[in-house]
Order: sequence, then structure tokens, then C-alpha cells
Amino acid sequence: MNKDNIFEIFRTLMAIVISLILAFIIIFFISKQPYVALSKFLLGPLSKTRYFSNVLEMAIPLTFTGLAICIMFKANQFNLGAEGAFFMGAVTATIIGIKFSLPGLIHPILAIVCGGIIGGIFLFIPAFLKVKWNANELVSSLMLNYVMFYLGIYIVNYYLRDSNAGAMVSYKLKTTALLPNLIPKTRLHYGILIAILMIIITYFFLFRTKWGYAIRMVGFNSKFAIYSGINNKSVILYSQIIGGIIAGIGGATELLGMYSRFQWQNLPGYGWDGVIVAILSRNNPVLVPIAAFFLSYLRIGADLMARITDVPSEVVSVIQALVIMLVAAESFLAKWKHRVIAKKAIEEIKAEEVNMNEQYI
Amino acid sequence: MNNIFKIIFSTSFGYAILRVTTPILFSGLGAVISDKAGVINIALEGTMLTSALTGVIVSALTQSTFFGVIAAILSGIFVSLLLSYFSLNLKTDIVLTGIAINLLASGGTIFILYLVAHDKGISTSLNSKVIPNVTIPLLNKIPILGPILSGHNILTYLSWISVAIVYILLYKTPLGVRIRAVGENPEAAESVGINVNKIRYIALCISCILASFGGAYMSMGYVSWFSTNMTSGRGFIALAAEAMGKGNPVGTLLTSLLFGFAGALSNNLQSLRIPSEFVQMIPYLATIVGLVIYSIRKTNMLKYKKEVQNA
Repeated sequence: MNKDNIFEIFRTLMAIVISLILAFIIIFFISKQPYVALSKFLLGPLSKTRYFSNVLEMAIPLTFTGLAICIMFKANQFNLGAEGAFFMGAVTATIIGIKFSLPGLIHPILAIVCGGIIGGIFLFIPAFLKVKWNANELVSSLMLNYVMFYLGIYIVNYYLRDSNAGAMVSYKLKTTALLPNLIPKTRLHYGILIAILMIIITYFFLFRTKWGYAIRMVGFNSKFAIYSGINNKSVILYSQIIGGIIAGIGGATELLGMYSRFQWQNLPGYGWDGVIVAILSRNNPVLVPIAAFFLSYLRIGADLMARITDVPSEVVSVIQALVIMLVAAESFLAKWKHRVIAKKAIEEIKAEEVNMNEQYI
Repeated sequence: MNNIFKIIFSTSFGYAILRVTTPILFSGLGAVISDKAGVINIALEGTMLTSALTGVIVSALTQSTFFGVIAAILSGIFVSLLLSYFSLNLKTDIVLTGIAINLLASGGTIFILYLVAHDKGISTSLNSKVIPNVTIPLLNKIPILGPILSGHNILTYLSWISVAIVYILLYKTPLGVRIRAVGENPEAAESVGINVNKIRYIALCISCILASFGGAYMSMGYVSWFSTNMTSGRGFIALAAEAMGKGNPVGTLLTSLLFGFAGALSNNLQSLRIPSEFVQMIPYLATIVGLVIYSIRKTNMLKYKKEVQNA
């Protein structure tokens, strides 16, 4: 491990510590029972198997959207449509789960594959608009999120809605489509294996294939990439399509693993969380699960705290925002880094001088 | 179809367009200023949300509309300082800072709303004040135009005046020259002694102040309460309005009106037998279509310029 990596890890940890301290201060100010709140927040998820399993369950969708954003950010494409692609992936899985009758195993696989394809198709739109007419992918993908949301809600309400259920939910999915639980008495499902598989595939794709190399080059320096013969436009296209596919797969997996029917009335927000995960993991797929676990742990901890004490769980949003800004801040602790490098350089020069002197003697 | 035309060609629809346009126009003008200074302000959405809540809470506590609006603006300035400090001093990518601030605003407003009103959805338990509507004498007597233009919220009129103010600020004042210089070429601006960071601080500050007027309008004029994520993407639509308005205050006014039209259409068509999901989709689809048309024109212009240069 080289010096740079150690520095990056240290910086990330510092950012997390500072953000947590700020959250603690806020909790101390607003809560009547700050110690209970803090212990629930920090240790709550570890107190029961069920709670810890909740952390892992929530880390699954965060991993998917984190990976999706990773690939797009790695190519320097600020496409924020993972939110909508995730949602549409779940809607697609609902359609397949309700309208198709297939044997187990094949049923969820088909649903997840279709979810991925739909996600890919949707995120192809901002990519295409950018390549063809240079339309800003950031703005178009943000708008597209709302379009995908209303389209998905329309499909569920008009074609899949269970009028006997009282609430605005879809029919129950066929049980053959659902992902079974991995560990009894928890809701942890086979989706975690799909997520792990996805991490490995994404890693190999980014670091061991020609296409992944092209993505990294375009993200690193797009002019240099163009001059060295990389087709910039195709990279812009496929990086976002792949991002959409991963997000769509994530949405389908989440729905089949955690729910028996479609019941979201809002965008679930995992696309934005994916941005946090991607930044925390430095766009490195191998670190994505760690970042997803961390974020999920915070969320579950905050939920447990909010259940028992007077502190609302949204205190997490303070931590999230500060972590993003500090981790992504180039100058955060940069002075310290310079000092370390300068000190080391001076020592090396001194050592060389001593060597030189010894030679002369 | 007849029904749709009946709705569109009524004076109340014209009035509704201007009502819906106001927050988009404010934020769009905010986007103009920051963009001219060469920094993209994604945090407009979060700024609007923050000041919408601040306005409601402070006006409820002080029972004064004036203090509510002042507090809303101060909260906007606070957001701009946060944004500037991280993006300019700590060199965080400004898009990421903006995303972070938006996430903070979306969660943080729920957090504060719960602490103050013990509700995570809506602020109706607070007795907050609204900014009054004004009837403009003489103007309200003109047939057709009168009912469309008169009787709006004070902030709606302020948003129109802001178009002129932003125009004058950018093109007729020394500060405007500096802002544009910093945006065009920061190195050149630096070389003639302009403090680039300082100018960008000021630009982001003005940008967020404009957005916070939009936020105050949302919760103290458009409706009389705060509800979670009530801005629902208006800050992002404003970015598109600015891009399509070519970064020009007057152009932004026109594109904001276009999105105002889409928004008003969406609000009014909900009574018809069209699936409400599609109706609600209109403003966002219109934004994408508008962005594409703008981008096509821009690419064609560039091609044309190249051809002229080559000829």
C-alpha cells in the first residue's frame, strides 16, 4: 500500500469522525436523554441479530446504486438518473412477477434481467442526448428521474393495482418470483449474493477490461483519451447504460427480496445515497460494500434511536452531507499531507548528504 | 380537447402561469448569476427548501411576515456561505457540494420541522404568515391583461423587477463586469488584480438570495405552509431555464414562463380525464424537450460558425 492510499484512508476516517462529532453535538443539544440516544445510535444495530441483519439488508440496494454511480462518475459523467432507473427496475420486476408464470429460479432471474435492461434503456437517454447534441446530462437525468417516477406510478396504478388492498399497492407477486431468505428469522435474502457478484463483475470490468480502461481514461483526462484513440462518445454512452443496468438490477433485486408487492409512493432515494457511497468509496467498486455498510449502519442506528428517544432519524442527513463535502474536498488536510511529504523529502536529502559525506571520508 | 383550449385561453390560466413561474424565475436568475461567475449552483433546490422552512418558522414565531422573509434570506446566505467555503476554499467539486447541500436540506428540513412542529410532513400546526397579494390600481382595470397581471403576490412582482436588477447588475455595474470576467476567464481576471474567489463568493451569495426569495414565495405565497420536499425539482428546472435562456436574464424570464406554462397546465388538467401521472410529468418532460431543442440549436450554431471560419 503506498503513501497516497494511506493518506486517503486517513482523510476519509477524519471526515467521518468530524461529521459524527457534529451529529453528537446536535443530539446533545436537542435531546433530553442524550446518552440513551447516542448508545442506541452507535450500538443499537449490534444489539440484536435482527437489527444487524437490517443493516445488511439495506446495504444491498446501496451497493447496487453505489456501483452504478461509481461507473458513471469514473467516466466523469454526472448522470444522477440512478434514482429513477432503480425505481423503474423495481416496477419492471413487479410486472414480470405478476404477469408471468414461470418456475422458481428462472422467474426471479428473468425479472432481474428485465429490470436491468429497462434501467439501461432509460439512462441511455441522457447519454444519447449528450453525445448527439451535447445536452447537459446532469440536468436531463435529474428531470428524467421525475418522468420515470410518474411513469412507474402510472403503470402500477393503472395495470397492476390491487383494488382490494385498500392502499395504493400492486397485486401480490407470484411466490416463484420472490428471492428466498438466506438466513431464517431475518429478511436477509439472496440478493446479497447478487450484490457480491455485481461488485466482482464491476471490479473486473473497470480494472481488467479494455472498456473499463477506456472509462477510466476518459474520466481521468478526456482530451488525452481522445488523442490516444479512445472513442470518447461510445464511452459516454456505455458508461451510463451500464450504470442504468446496475441500478435497474438493484431495484429489481430490492423489490423481489424485501417486498411481496410494489408499495412505493415516492422515489426511495437510493440513487442519491449511491452518490454518497460512490464518494466514500472513491469510485472503487471493492470499497463500495464497505461504504454501503457504513451508511446503512448509520441509517439503522438512527432509526433505532428515533424509535426510543426524541431525536428524529433525519440527523443522519447532517452526517451524510458533511462526509460528502469533506471527503471530496481536495484541500481538506492537504496542508498536513504536504507537510508529511516535505518532511520526508528533507529527511531523504539529509540521509543522502550523510551518505555522500561518508563516501568522501 | 375543447376543454383543454377552454382552460388555456382563460384569464385565470394566464394568472396561474405567472403564479407558477415565480419560484422558477427567481431560481433561474440565481442560476444566471452563478453561471456568469463560472460556478454551477446545483444547490438552488436545497436553498429554496431551506428558506421556505425558515420563512414559515420565523414568521410563526415572530408573527411578522417581514421577519419571516428576512430570515428566509439570511438562511439562503448561510447556505451560500457553506457552498462557497467548501467549493472555493476546500476545493470540493461544486456539483458534489451542491448534491450534499440538497441532501442536507431535504433531510435537515424534516429534522427541524419535526423539532418545531412535531410533524414530519407538513407545517400546518404552525400559525405562519403569508406575504400579501397586491392589486395594482389602473392595471387591474385593463380588460384581459388586468386579471392576468394584477393581484399577484408581492414577490411575483419582485421577481419581474429582479430580471431588470440582475440585468443592470451584470451589464451596467463594475461588479457585473468582474463577475463576467471571472466566469469568462478566471486566470485573466486574476492577472488584472481581481480576487476570483471573492467575486465567486459574492456571486453565489446573490444567487442563493434570489433562490431564497423563491423559497419564501413557495411556503408564504404559493401556499401558506411548508411540506417536505415541496420544491419538487423547481431548483433543477431553474437550471434548465437558465441554460435555455442562454444565461441571459431576459432569456431566462422567457424560458421560465415556458416552464410556468407547463406547470400551470399540469395543475389545471388534473380535473380532466387524463391520467394524473402524465399530467404531473409535463413540467419535467417539457424541461427535457426544451433542453434538447436548446442543445440542438447550440450545436448547429457551432457547426455554422466552424463552416464560416473554414470558408
